[in-house]
Formats: sequence, C-alpha cells, structure tokens
Amino acid sequence: MKKVINDPNQIVEEMLKGMVAAHGDLLKRVEGTTVIARADAPVQGKVALVSGGGSGHEPAHAGFVGKGVLDAAVSGEVFTSPTPDQVLEAIKAVDGGEGVLLIIKNYTGDVMNFEMAAELAEMEEIRVDKVIVNDDVAVEDSTYTTGRRGIAGTLFVHKLAGAKAESGASLAEVKATAEKTVANVRSMGMALTAATIPSTGKAGFQIAEDEMEIGMGIHGEPGISRDKIKSADEIAETLVQKILDDGVHQSGDEVAVMINGLGGTPLMELYVLNGKVNDLLKEKGFTVHKTFVGEYMTAIDMAGLSVTLLKLDDELKELLAAPTNTLGF
Amino acid sequence: MGLKVEDVKAWIMKTNEQIQQNKEYLSELDQAIGDGDHGTNISRGFQETVNKISSTEYTAVADLIKDWSMTLLSKVGGAAGPLFGTALLKFSGAVQGKEEIDYGSFVEGVEAGLNGLILRGKAEEGDKTMVDVWSPLLTYLKGREALDADDFEEAAKAAMENTKNLKAKKGRASYLGDRSIGHLDPGSVSSYYLFSSLAQVIKEEGVQL
Repeated sequence: MKKVINDPNQIVEEMLKGMVAAHGDLLKRVEGTTVIARADAPVQGKVALVSGGGSGHEPAHAGFVGKGVLDAAVSGEVFTSPTPDQVLEAIKAVDGGEGVLLIIKNYTGDVMNFEMAAELAEMEEIRVDKVIVNDDVAVEDSTYTTGRRGIAGTLFVHKLAGAKAESGASLAEVKATAEKTVANVRSMGMALTAATIPSTGKAGFQIAEDEMEIGMGIHGEPGISRDKIKSADEIAETLVQKILDDGVHQSGDEVAVMINGLGGTPLMELYVLNGKVNDLLKEKGFTVHKTFVGEYMTAIDMAGLSVTLLKLDDELKELLAAPTNTLGF
Repeated sequence: MGLKVEDVKAWIMKTNEQIQQNKEYLSELDQAIGDGDHGTNISRGFQETVNKISSTEYTAVADLIKDWSMTLLSKVGGAAGPLFGTALLKFSGAVQGKEEIDYGSFVEGVEAGLNGLILRGKAEEGDKTMVDVWSPLLTYLKGREALDADDFEEAAKAAMENTKNLKAKKGRASYLGDRSIGHLDPGSVSSYYLFSSLAQVIKEEGVQL
C-alpha cells in the first residue's frame, strides 16, 4: 500500500482537519465530532439537510456542505457509516427551527445509524424526517435484498433538496422534492480495480489486469458481472442501456447526466466516456440539459466510474440551476 | 449463584480477546460477501468497551451491560454497531434491578436482545444474519432449566456454522444472492465469540447458571 498517510486510525480526523484548514470560509468543524457544517449554521428559519456516510468518498459528503446544498455532513470511519451520536450532533448543530431532513444512502448500516439518530433527535424535540436514496440499478432483485444501494445519484438529491430548502420551503416540501429526485434518478457503475482501505492495506477484491467489474457498489461490493475489459464506447453502451432498461427514463425526456469518477480514473477517461454517453442519449431521443463530469462520490483509489441519469421537469431544472457555494458543485 | 458484575466483566474481556485475535479473520469473512470491515469495526468497539469498563466501578450488572452497549453504539458504526448495541441495550433492560443474572433472567435477556435485533435489522431467522445465531440459541435455552457450558457452546457453534448454507437476504451480502451461499456470516461469527466467551467464563469461574 502506497499512500500519503500517518496513522490509518487517524485518517478521518486528519482529513477533516485539513479540509477545514483549506475551506474555513465555507465550512466549520462541530467541535469534538466528525461533523462538518456550513460556516453559518444553524441557518434560522430554513429546513436543514444532513447527510453523510463512510469516509473515502470525497468530495462526498462534506464537499457538498454549503449554501444551497447540505447544512452538515457526518463522516464515519472509512467505508463505515457514522454512529448515531455523531449524526445527532450534526442534527443539533444545524437545526434552525424548521426541522431537519436526513438524506440516507440505502446501506443497512447507514439506514440503522441515521434512524437511531432520528429517534434520539425526536426525544430532544427536534423535527426530523428522512429520505432514502436507492439509485443503483445494478441491484436487480430487491425482493430478496435490502433494496438498491444509494450511489452517486445521491448528489442530485443533495443538490435539488438543498435548493428547495434554501428557497424557504417547509420540511414536507423539501422532503417531497427529495423523493421526486429519488424517483427520477438512476445510476450504474463499473470498476477496473478495487479500493485499498488504509486500515487493512489490502485491495477490497481481486480482479485480473484484463477484467472489469460491472455494477459494483461504492465500497467494492461485487457487481452483476465480471467481463473482459471493453472499450470506453462499449462500457458507455452497457451502462446507459442498463439504466434505460429500468424504465424511468423514456425517449423525449430531458435529463441531467453525471459521469462520476471513483478516485482512480483520470478526467481524460471520464470525458471520453461522456462523449459517447451524450451521443447515445441523443440517438435515443433524449435532450441532455446539463452534464456533470468529475469526481463527486469516489471510492478511495478505485479505478472506475458511474453514470447517473436524472429525469428533469421544470421544478427540478430550476432547482438544478440555483446557485450553490460548496466545494463539490 | 448467577453472573455477577465481575463475571460479566470477565465475559466482556474474554469476548474482546477472541475478537482481537480473530480481527483479520472477521474482516476476511466480510470481504468475501460484504465490504470487509467487520473485524476492524467490531474490534474497535470491543477494545473501547474494555477501556471504559476497566476504569469504572459497577454495582449493578445492568449498568455494566448498558455501558457495553452504548460504547459499541458510539464506536462501531456500520451495521454491527446498531445491531450489537441494540441487542445488548435490550439485554441490559431485561436484567435491570438484578444483583446477579440467574438462568431465568439470562434467557429473558437473550430474548429481549433477539427482539431488539429483529426490530432494528428487520431480519428474520434464515436471512443469514446474527439472528441465525441468537434465535436458535434462544430456542435452545428455553428448552432447559440450567446452563451446561459445553453444550451451550456447541449449540452456538452449530448455529454459526449453519449460516454457511444460507442465502443472504439482508445487509451487504444480500447483493450477492446465491453467491453468498458457502460463506459464513461475519456477524454470526462475532455473535458466536460472544456466546462461546460466556461459556468459557462460566467454566473458568465456576459460575452456576
């Protein structure tokens, strides 16, 4: 393992320290916690948004804290959801009197820890509601699983619910926007290598030099198939087709596209893939309203990427265009 | 003569020893069907528990077990934190007010813990989760009036080994479907360490339960 680290056990703490040192105008650390909040939190009279998850997904989640997106992000250990007491600290730090919406990715640990935090917050008489993001179409049969995972599409939920909250909407309205986004967003990923978790120093899974994993999760959970590596065009076709097969996006729709790098794939390759994704969508009768290419929700040093499609309507387009002041958007 | 504060402390220490010794193994089991951090997470939580209880005096077993559960909740994260934390919190509630845990209250504690697990994890027996150790053990305990430590340890081991044959329906492993068959469930293995450590403490300390 070759990494710029001191002590694997201190990596989250040291990362948060460095992040605040770089962006103190925008972010603040809630003292004694793993919570990063907006520098001006709590914003009185505004619904607050809290999200988070395991570390190693930077810039998610703290990189989306700021005006127009999240009020706070809670960091867990690497690839491990944060604990309920830390989520509670985030809720308390950002509640501006209008309630708090928790945006949770559908992983068992995230759901349980955030739900426990919500129960604790309610005991302290803070209004809390939640939305669970499950955009990953790689998970096929949700009858027998805990459902689809939440991956990069979560960033669209942060963005749109964040804009809605910033506009002064109520907790119920912000939740409705978040749920509409969840209903309209689908993602699919692929990996060329596994991530190396600092505490173990080992790759999360074994994959041959000439192979790719289709549909893995953002921690390297196995995907739906392992194939010989294909060209960027073929990868684009596979990922887009799998998303369209899900049936949420139909010819004629206007969409936002996100090509998300997982940490070990250069922008050059993300742009190569995006060219084909845009062509494919046009061929199939879609209008691409806006495209995001870059690293939004990474998996440490994993080489690979995900494609996300968000179906837009007038409300969502307006919210997507609303100004933000965060590192990630 | 049941489990007193000192016996429960010994139980926690012994479980921690087993978990620290098998930290890598637990993570390897998790790597096969999950995301590979079970050993790291659970060992951090148990070590913190040992640090906490070593420096605290307890008069009631329930307070000791509550500290155990709260430390796991606040230090483990992932799915294992809320699951072990909830199970032990409910266990502690069931033995509230007891100076020592006799067989009847131990069974009540396991039952409360199992119900907590089911409520928090929304899992059933057969889903390839910790429930597949806790639930068969509760059935085993209910069919008896006293604890035979060796027999209890065997029952826990059999339940843990049986998770190898199951197809995961909850947690990260569920995304593998049939490919999860043939692997032990890591949470069931750490639950086995919990119960087998108790059996060893009972034998070593000569506790009648």
